[in-house]
Amino acid sequence: MKRKVFQFLGFMLLRTCLYIVLAVLLLFLYDIIRKGGGAISWEFLSQPPRRGMTEGGIFPAIFGTFLVTMITSVLAVPMGMFAAIYLNEYARQTRLTRLLRLAIRNLSGVPSIVYGLFGVILFVNIFAFGTSILSAGLTLGLLTLPWTITASEEALKTVPNSYREGALALGATKWQSIRTNVLPYALPGMLTGTVLGLARAAGETAPIMFTGAAFFLPILPKSLGDQFMALPYHLYIMATQHHNILKVRPLAYATALVLIVLVLGMNMTAVVIRYRLRRKRRMGS
Amino acid sequence: MSELLKIRTENLDFYYGAKQALKGVNLDCPEKRVTAIIGPSGCGKSTLIRTLNRMNDVIPGARAAGRVLIDGLDVLSPKMDVVELRRAVGMVFQKPNPFPKSIFDNIAYGLRINGLRDRQKLAEVVERSLRGAALWEEVKDRLRDNAFSLSGGQQQRLCIARALAVEPEVILFDEPCSAIDPIATAKIEELIFKLKETYTVVIVTHNMQQAARVSDFTAFMMLGEMVEYGRTDRIFTNPANKLTEDYITGRFG
Repeated sequence: MKRKVFQFLGFMLLRTCLYIVLAVLLLFLYDIIRKGGGAISWEFLSQPPRRGMTEGGIFPAIFGTFLVTMITSVLAVPMGMFAAIYLNEYARQTRLTRLLRLAIRNLSGVPSIVYGLFGVILFVNIFAFGTSILSAGLTLGLLTLPWTITASEEALKTVPNSYREGALALGATKWQSIRTNVLPYALPGMLTGTVLGLARAAGETAPIMFTGAAFFLPILPKSLGDQFMALPYHLYIMATQHHNILKVRPLAYATALVLIVLVLGMNMTAVVIRYRLRRKRRMGS
Repeated sequence: MSELLKIRTENLDFYYGAKQALKGVNLDCPEKRVTAIIGPSGCGKSTLIRTLNRMNDVIPGARAAGRVLIDGLDVLSPKMDVVELRRAVGMVFQKPNPFPKSIFDNIAYGLRINGLRDRQKLAEVVERSLRGAALWEEVKDRLRDNAFSLSGGQQQRLCIARALAVEPEVILFDEPCSAIDPIATAKIEELIFKLKETYTVVIVTHNMQQAARVSDFTAFMMLGEMVEYGRTDRIFTNPANKLTEDYITGRFG
């Protein structure tokens, strides 16, 4: 009897924790929608800001965030996947690779402002890309890399060794066994982790504020060397740096809402990709 | 013995890091015969069979010394093309390991990685291999189904068919029946008996009745050493070594 009571209490505790987390999240969303939902309009989504950012929209910030995320993925997606393939499939498990892995795990915990400063030194100054959308995208790429490597490696680890051995035993080369019998089954997990990492990068402020994001720039970037507006940085300005914070508050909330919808949308895309690939795999190729 | 030798190991040592798993093993496997390797768990029988197609290469820190000759060629030589070797020496594993593909694609896998694209030819080989593994009648109407939809015994015969498709000369079985039921086991034993008309077969098993039923020659191993080797009927009726006798009569194991 006593054991059953304990079990019941344990379940209740776990369930309560989940509900608390959900409640906080929903409350948070509700608050943002309530305060910013009214400011969302077609004009808000499609026009540049006007009158010292007290009117108009946030289109350049949406466009900038979209573009900088593309640059981020060009760096982080292939490099992350290739590094993970090397680490999991080719590298021997020596002290060096263990150290490397530890370093990668630790990099994912480094505060993003540190990446921002590093980006200034490496991309803005040393590579002389200037404060530009290219520098910002590459900085975000570095920030995302540890996440994509780790997620991709975890995905590769879930592929049973018997797939590799089975292929090798049939006379496949190592690369053939990886390409035809490992990657197809690791890909859903790799993509999911990668998109989640990109979604996180899209919402970052610190790494882009010194490397390329502009305070106010009503025109769209024309080349990779131009500065750009970005949603998270715009939000930061509207919330803390604007000369009339109270007046633009609804716009700030609306910007937050757009950013959240964008990030959630990317995460949903990841879920859909994974679902589709899994279903395809179950049906046989 | 007036048998034609297909495989021979000479003074084969094998190490996993510092741990020695095989000690001076000499094994002869005659052509188109079934050679069984028996012995208690951890005696090195799986290590031995996995050395024959160099599957142990993938284990970090593994190292072999001595010689493994197949058709007189030293398999352990660094000059050996491992990919060619594994094409000639197929392997069926302990647990059925179909790939998460259709039945057809499983069988065609070994041919496709060799660059064969001709659908007609692929279909021919798939049918021939499935017939060779006594699976054709059961699956001919659902070649497009996922291989995971087969029963455990069928999956193991699929793996045999997959190995046959690349036309090997030798087939290694690493405890092929340890994960499947008695009826499926009987089918596979029957199949092994038939396979030796065409192929040289080496089978590792911890089931002594199985060794007695399917093999022509038996090697008994313990603690990494070859204790006794000879014709199966002789080993099981008149073992020369006390250890062999104790093992096959079930006094330990």
